[in-house]
Amino acid sequence: MPTSPGDGQRAVLYDYALREPRLPQPVDWSLSEADIDIDTRIGMYRKLQELRQFEKRAYDLFMQNLVKGTSHLSLGMEAVATGFALAMRPDDYTFATYRGHAHSLARGMEMGPAMAELLGRENGILGGKGGSMHLTDVSKGMMGSYAIIGAHLCIANGAAWSAQMRGTDQVAVAFFGDGTTNIGAFHEALNMAVIWNLPVVFACENNLYMEYTPIDLITAVENPAADRAPAYGLESILIDGNDPDHVYLTAKKAIDKARSGQGPSLIEAVTYRSGGHSRADPGKYRPVEEVEAWADRDPIPMYHDRLLSLGTPEGRLSAIEREVAAAVDDATEYAKAGREPGEATLLTEVYADGGSAWRN
Amino acid sequence: MAELSYREAVAHGIAQEMRRDPALVMLGEDIAAAGGVFKTTVGLIDEFGPDRIRDTPISEQAILGAAMGASMTGVPVIAEIMFSDFLAVCWDIVANEIAKSRYMTGGQVSFPLVIRTANGGGARFGAQHSQSVENWAMMIPGLKVVAPSTPRDVVGLMAASVRDPDPVIFFEHKSLMAGKAEIPDGEIVDELGVAKVVREGTDVTIAALALMVPRALEAAERLADEDISAEVIDIRSLVPLDTKTILDSVAKTARFFTVEENPRLCGWGAEVASIVGEEAFWDLDGPCVRITTPHIPLPSAASLEDLAIPSADRIYKTVADSVDSRSG
Repeated sequence: MPTSPGDGQRAVLYDYALREPRLPQPVDWSLSEADIDIDTRIGMYRKLQELRQFEKRAYDLFMQNLVKGTSHLSLGMEAVATGFALAMRPDDYTFATYRGHAHSLARGMEMGPAMAELLGRENGILGGKGGSMHLTDVSKGMMGSYAIIGAHLCIANGAAWSAQMRGTDQVAVAFFGDGTTNIGAFHEALNMAVIWNLPVVFACENNLYMEYTPIDLITAVENPAADRAPAYGLESILIDGNDPDHVYLTAKKAIDKARSGQGPSLIEAVTYRSGGHSRADPGKYRPVEEVEAWADRDPIPMYHDRLLSLGTPEGRLSAIEREVAAAVDDATEYAKAGREPGEATLLTEVYADGGSAWRN
Repeated sequence: MAELSYREAVAHGIAQEMRRDPALVMLGEDIAAAGGVFKTTVGLIDEFGPDRIRDTPISEQAILGAAMGASMTGVPVIAEIMFSDFLAVCWDIVANEIAKSRYMTGGQVSFPLVIRTANGGGARFGAQHSQSVENWAMMIPGLKVVAPSTPRDVVGLMAASVRDPDPVIFFEHKSLMAGKAEIPDGEIVDELGVAKVVREGTDVTIAALALMVPRALEAAERLADEDISAEVIDIRSLVPLDTKTILDSVAKTARFFTVEENPRLCGWGAEVASIVGEEAFWDLDGPCVRITTPHIPLPSAASLEDLAIPSADRIYKTVADSVDSRSG
């Protein structure tokens, strides 16, 4: 049986207790000097607040047992969805994973119908048929949250191919986690996007954990997306996923490139999930110093301070926080007021005739 | 009238629809310059060009993902999966994404797409290139499932499938490819969910699909020599399923047989027989009888494969014995 020097080393790597915490890298402040107008920055701050406050409310409603099933929150990771959303055109396409609340809201899904869907109500954006893991709002370019990772990168290719054929200049963006880079569909999608020169951007949110397992323990390369980009002839792009400006500028560049017919990009945005993988996971497997270090790099207080340092009055930011809080309260009331769906819709929308009949 | 083989009818049917709808595109492995490994897409690249007839890598997930994404954003698509066995490597996209997304999103998305694939045995390809997997597709809510048995039906059902707003799995049978038949001139468009009585009879009803249809017809000829009048129904479309034609026939004949190439467990005939049992019980003079491939992977050797898949002889004997035991 063949042996390699790596075998023993690997056994040690799987011991969580011996694992070094992954601490955040210093921010590249030179990017904040870039030319992003103040309205865009204020828009990003509002969006960050919306995503954060919505997710916190979703968590509270879980604790009250008003939200059943599961949920996968983006707390701590809001800068990625925010930076991209501001860089996208309204008719561009978003494809997300089960961790899709933030991406849905970022594209403009209304909070009320989104919250009602989490509560399984008739007035939910999907009428209660999809739930937390499948938020979709085609009218906003949010083409779906796909709960079995990988496929949606291939599907995003299809939307990009369609835009290419229709000559619409639309761009498709597929968001996914670090764990997705180890499933076959990721590689099939990258290859096809390159050979067909598709207007698609693949955005990897590397939050350092594939569900419960540190990504570095189960991945052949250090940077799961960026290090694989050269295998498909793409530039290796690794960015600070907690810096909305950095994300926005990188996203804009990649989206502009795709829109102008110069093909796909793969971006790895390093970020951190401040909670566990899902509702069931308290995330206790993470070193305390790692969690604390990343808490100091929370994108929202950082961006708040940056806006102040750029001359934005504190009052303007606190007004946004209050407005968003009121909107989240309204969304919660809207959701709670919704009825539970009944037999009227159970059998609808399986087929395009609106029903589910399979025989005469 | 023109005489076309089944394989030529596939290209003929696709061309008919691509001429009608300039937005329609097709993608798959070796379908363009090579004309398909079963030669079912010969000539399409010449007429419609490489933008509409696209070769792909061996990446079934990328193929069906592209088909799904394009169809949900306004471009109708025909995707080819070379062998139906290969659906297993992209089944997530078929069963979890394409089939369910309309329902999960409350009807926000539609998938005008056809997945064509070569199905069935008889070519001595062994267990991974010979399966009849129509029952895989039939059991997933949200899909439609079609399997033509003649060149004419290939064209008519292809048109119906392409024009249908729902995703259709279109099974082309490998062992029917060489068979030729006259096809009427002009556009042929059928309707999904319509079975065809391909031979009228009064004593027994035999329902069959794809390659099993000509075998059932051959068996019916021999049964006629024994004074057993067999009605043969070509199911054509498993979803939607034309149960009315079947139940009407059973009301007349009082005996029901299915001939299925799929392995026995959960074959389409189990569903159809249960419908007949539930809804035509008092019409029946005997049990519903299923004639199927056994619950085995298909073997490669010609002698073994021929033993496994229902033959005209096995159909004849099963029906004759069943009728004899009843009357005797």
